[in-house]
Amino acid sequence: MIHSLFLINHLGDIFLEKHWKSVISRSVCDYFFEAREKAVDPENVPPVLQTPHHYLISIYRGKLFFLSVIQTEVPPLFVIEFLHRVADTFQDYFGECSESVISDNLVIVYELLEEMLDNGFPLATESNVLKEMIRPPNILRSVVNTLTGGSNVGETLPQGQLSNIPWRRAGVKYANNEAYFDVTEEIDAIVDKSGTTVSAEIQGVIEACVKLSGMPDLTMSFMNPRLLDDVSFHPCVRFRRWESERVLSFIPPDGNFTLMTYHISSQNLVAIPVYVKQSINFFEAGSCGRLDITIGPKQTMGKTVEDLKVTIHMPKAVLNANLTATQGNYTYDCTTKMLVWDIGKLNPQKLPNLRGSLSMQTGVPNPEENPSLNIDLKIQQLAISGLKVSRLDMYGEKYKPFKGVKYVTKAGKFQVRT
Amino acid sequence: MQEWANQLCENRQFGSKMTDSKYFTTTKKGEIFELKAELNSDKKEKKKEAVKKVIASMTVGKDVSALFPDVVNCMQTDNLELKKLVYLYLMNYAKSQPDMAIMAVNTFVKDCEDPNPLIRALAVRTMGCIRVDKITEYLCEPLRKCLKDEDPYVRKTAAVCVAKLHDINAQLVEDQGFLDTLKDLISDSNPMVVANAVAALSEIAESHPNSNLMDLNPQTINKLLTALNECTEWGQIFILDCLANYTPRDDRESQSICERVTPRLSHANSAVVLSAVKVLMKFMEMLPKDLDYYGTLLKKLAPPLVTLLSAEPELQYVALRNINLIVQRRPEILKHEMKVFFVKYNDPIYVKLEKLDIMIRLASQANIAQVLAELKEYATEVDVDFVRKAVRAIGRCAIKVEQSAERCVSTLLDLIQTKVNYVVQEAIVVIKDIFRKYPNKYESVIATLCENLDSLDEPEARAAMIWIVGEYAERIDNADELLESFLEGFHDESTQVQLQLLTAIVKLFLKKPTETQELVQQVLSLATQDSDNPDLRDRGYIYWRLLSTDPVAAKEVVLAEKPLISEETDLIEPTLLEELICHIGTLASVYHKPPSAFVEGSRGVQHKRLPGSTESGESESPDTASAAAVSDAPPAVIPSQGDLLGDLLNLDLTPPTTTGPPPPASSGMQMGAMDLLGGGLDSLMGDESEPPPIPLRMDTPQSPQLPHQSPSPPDYSPTELGGDLGGSPAIGAGFGAPPAAMPASFSAPVSGGLDDLFDLGGGVGMPMGAYSAPKTVWLPAMKAKGLEISGTFARRSGVIQMEMTLTNKAMSVMTDFAIQFNRNSFGLAPAGPLQVLTPLNPNQSIEVTLPLNTVGPVMKMEPLNNLQVAVKNNIDVFYFSCQYPISMLFVEDGKMERQVFLATWKDIPNDNEAQFQIKDCHLSSDAASNKLQGSNIFTIAKRTVDGQDMLYQSMKLTNGIWVLAEMRVQAGNPVYTVSLKCRAAEVSQWVFQSYEAVLKN
Repeated sequence: MIHSLFLINHLGDIFLEKHWKSVISRSVCDYFFEAREKAVDPENVPPVLQTPHHYLISIYRGKLFFLSVIQTEVPPLFVIEFLHRVADTFQDYFGECSESVISDNLVIVYELLEEMLDNGFPLATESNVLKEMIRPPNILRSVVNTLTGGSNVGETLPQGQLSNIPWRRAGVKYANNEAYFDVTEEIDAIVDKSGTTVSAEIQGVIEACVKLSGMPDLTMSFMNPRLLDDVSFHPCVRFRRWESERVLSFIPPDGNFTLMTYHISSQNLVAIPVYVKQSINFFEAGSCGRLDITIGPKQTMGKTVEDLKVTIHMPKAVLNANLTATQGNYTYDCTTKMLVWDIGKLNPQKLPNLRGSLSMQTGVPNPEENPSLNIDLKIQQLAISGLKVSRLDMYGEKYKPFKGVKYVTKAGKFQVRT
Repeated sequence: MQEWANQLCENRQFGSKMTDSKYFTTTKKGEIFELKAELNSDKKEKKKEAVKKVIASMTVGKDVSALFPDVVNCMQTDNLELKKLVYLYLMNYAKSQPDMAIMAVNTFVKDCEDPNPLIRALAVRTMGCIRVDKITEYLCEPLRKCLKDEDPYVRKTAAVCVAKLHDINAQLVEDQGFLDTLKDLISDSNPMVVANAVAALSEIAESHPNSNLMDLNPQTINKLLTALNECTEWGQIFILDCLANYTPRDDRESQSICERVTPRLSHANSAVVLSAVKVLMKFMEMLPKDLDYYGTLLKKLAPPLVTLLSAEPELQYVALRNINLIVQRRPEILKHEMKVFFVKYNDPIYVKLEKLDIMIRLASQANIAQVLAELKEYATEVDVDFVRKAVRAIGRCAIKVEQSAERCVSTLLDLIQTKVNYVVQEAIVVIKDIFRKYPNKYESVIATLCENLDSLDEPEARAAMIWIVGEYAERIDNADELLESFLEGFHDESTQVQLQLLTAIVKLFLKKPTETQELVQQVLSLATQDSDNPDLRDRGYIYWRLLSTDPVAAKEVVLAEKPLISEETDLIEPTLLEELICHIGTLASVYHKPPSAFVEGSRGVQHKRLPGSTESGESESPDTASAAAVSDAPPAVIPSQGDLLGDLLNLDLTPPTTTGPPPPASSGMQMGAMDLLGGGLDSLMGDESEPPPIPLRMDTPQSPQLPHQSPSPPDYSPTELGGDLGGSPAIGAGFGAPPAAMPASFSAPVSGGLDDLFDLGGGVGMPMGAYSAPKTVWLPAMKAKGLEISGTFARRSGVIQMEMTLTNKAMSVMTDFAIQFNRNSFGLAPAGPLQVLTPLNPNQSIEVTLPLNTVGPVMKMEPLNNLQVAVKNNIDVFYFSCQYPISMLFVEDGKMERQVFLATWKDIPNDNEAQFQIKDCHLSSDAASNKLQGSNIFTIAKRTVDGQDMLYQSMKLTNGIWVLAEMRVQAGNPVYTVSLKCRAAEVSQWVFQSYEAVLKN
């Protein structure tokens, strides 16, 4: 099981360590630093490393490495999932997951880690349960605590830990009962030079914010549930009901949670909302290049495309860009070689265009690689897969809740090759 | 609070580079003093703040252990937070202050009876984390109560505590019967308790591979499946992993388990998903393929696997490594999902490389066009490693999908035109493989290749190019010039290139004898006279002999028909794959190695097998476990370096074409090769004797399933060959080649024999049998009512034997003999009953041999090699104890690879090194190493420095512990020095005794 955890910042300093069994010397991290150096970019450090006596499993989140040390055969996914859960919990407690905020709350962090894992076995990882035992910091409470001598640690046994619905605490009360659901779909796509879709898939997620009193039992049904053949649910969803009736039936956790994620694979037809006409050329003579990009709407289902942004990672030899945009602004960072064109709303009548010349380093052979275009966009009020919630019913409680569903489509890893 | 935390941050003094001195950041004296005063303050609030400061210092790695008594004093409090903080502190420092920690015991015991279950659980949890022997004794009673607590929260915490305690003191846990209580908890009404009990038992079972802790039967399985639906995600992982160890009785049970596990595929936690996939992949084996449900299940497996790829990159990586296995086992699951493996330019490199691998595995005629288009795209990316792999992948496509070969070749030619150095080199390496696969089809491109000769600077590419030139010498007009140009810098080339160049020139000579005589002369003398490399010398001599004695035979050998390379060359060997499928989701699946290959100490890890769809999937009883451990050892994957015999036949078996099983067509080649070695060398040495009948044996297809029970089968003795060769020291020395030059396709037993042959390069005689001490009296007649037992231990052909003489010195007849061992350090146990068939008459003696195995219960004995034995006869039961020589436990496969040896030697801390001296030993170092080898102490390397021979030796104990040794022998000095290194340092002393015993007898 998980033996120890080290938190390492982007400079390679270990700023927190926690051991759930015997203490392991920090020197074990040297193997990690070696791999870190070899990988050049922090994103490229292999997540599973083998050392003579231990295995190091790490994740990279928010410029921090969460490095766990294990000694015996443990499912690595279990460790990685857990590490992400730790990072999520910090995020949840402190609003962000950074070195400064962790160092400011060392004791709470330590208490949390102690509560999350016992002897390497996960103990309490549900945010609801943890918050009952260790209250998140806030200014009001720390003032009250200093005056009354109270503490951050709950005195009662977290009820949820034992019931069959560990995700929900008992005795929840709200003045306004409301349940909001956000259906967010991200399009992951690769489009080649000629505009043909190489692969396209949709990652969908339904995030919920449920503030309902008592023990509500919710049922959500869809207009077109047949779209969903690859789903993963929050543990609260009753899988059998889904299998037989294709409805989501669940007693929700209190507060924010991810109800389900789904995946619509490349075998289905995935609508691509925009097309890109581009040409990027580097000329042998004169050490310069030309760039011309136009973006237009393709399949937007009548909605407006917003927050449109194009990011291009230029080859090293590109020194500067001298371009004109008919809409929005562009920036070129010559150290990271990132060209960012922030377009904003897409106007179908007047297509945005970016063109101009690129100045290149002289005496260097022309770059072999062609830069890919990364597209960001957002479409409000639309789930591009066509998924729609038809009903949301509540049983088990008497009051009438306020309900709402919001849809948004975004570009995930949307790449256009040149 | 904010303030002091900030202050602490400023005080941190870790540099970006860690050095040893910085691990021990000490706090300033003043700070400690201040904290001490605050801890002893009367004000509750101040106390709590002080403890918080202490914890914060501890968290960033400062040493605040000096405050131990002061912090412990704060423990008796009603404030839960303060209590928790003190507990945190205790867990960290109790080990370094065991005497002080005792002070805390009373509070713990009291807290375990607190009315608040949270406090009871907290107390039992913390006590388990205090790794001090004295404290664990006090823990037993409270723990027993907590295991039966009315509150499930306390019970589930207590379950984990048993695992903690077992880690500290396994014996105590067994003696106190906690294991049984833990087993009872599997039937607990609360699913969380069940999950924790399973987790604790699995962890304990890992250190006791043979104890039948998890007694899985249909009833427990049913309970686990019920708990599976209701427990936490982490508990589900433990339960699923446990289920995967179960072997269902029939296909119906298998199906019903699968049905109940499939809902887990939709879980948000990817670890749950992968563990469920493991259970399904395993149990699917038992389902008849024509069953509707089988097809449904296959369909259900694809979406969750695809979904794993949309998770964080770290998760993707592990998922991809596992998908790689799944695709090899059941390609049908993901055959339509090629697109999800397409690489995005901002994927981390480790994800890119894995995706590429899977793309090749899924490549088929249906999707090859898409795949090739993608690969070509990748070949223009920035990352060099990735580009290289992409180019290689194109070559693999050509070999795998014949219809695409032409397109692949033209893609490769396009890439060569880019003139990007590393792309060109990779392309040439793969084109060589394409030539091998499709001879006489694409040779028109040779001209283009030759244009790039000058830009090749990597050995592999140079070697590939030279191979092409040699192979097609007759079609390349200036082949001799090309090869000659390489010859100029012959000594600066790497071995790979030198060997290839030698072969290529010999080929050229055989094809165009008239013009190239000088060239071949030159290369042969370079290889034989001016080279220090034994491989190269040997090959040079053999060619030389061959060419000078019988050019026709030379032609037949060197220009022989080459077997086609197989399509899928980098597939994992099937038995290994089967084992890995049982380990989906584990580290083994990430490394693609069986757990025994890398799990620390490999405490006899059970080899797992897929159940067969017929009833042939025999359950592994403990008795067969040891045999299984031998037979399941992964058949040696063909070494990737060029091999001697293959190269003689100008077969180029460099990667990626080497790792697969040898194609059946190659048996002819092996025949020829062996003739060359057997007959050819015989005549070279002028030996009259018949060549040993090796070729026949080599020819037998070595099925990986064959249990290789004894590493050297008695009917084929490697020593025979050794004797033959031993006659000629020159040749013998020449064969002192590193084991890397071993013929590729010989499987384990045979290669063991040849290994011996190669290692006995010094030309010394045959290895002798294992040493066994003369019998000593173990049980004198006086103590055993007239029964006298004397005996000794021996290891004979891999079996440990206890050889005893039973003598009846009483007046009456003795019958009904039986024997039993107490638990001992290495788990020795009788492998069968004591065979005394006839009654033992007065004054009669009988010799008995009792075979032993090492799968019995383990308990550390003092001394380590002590064995307590009980012998029963019709009169009474008698007890005696004896000590066995530890050399008996050295297994036959205890020979380490050189590199592994070096790495391991460095790895083991110097504290574990023990040095001994053996006096009055007059053997030469060769004779000594020979003698030691008889007892399975293998000499890996020998070095001579200033007249002192250093022998590097390895041995492996039956429980997987490796012992490494360095033996120094000074000519003329009868005192040997032996340095032993072992992770378990306590065995060193006994190993040394074995050395002494073996060498002096």
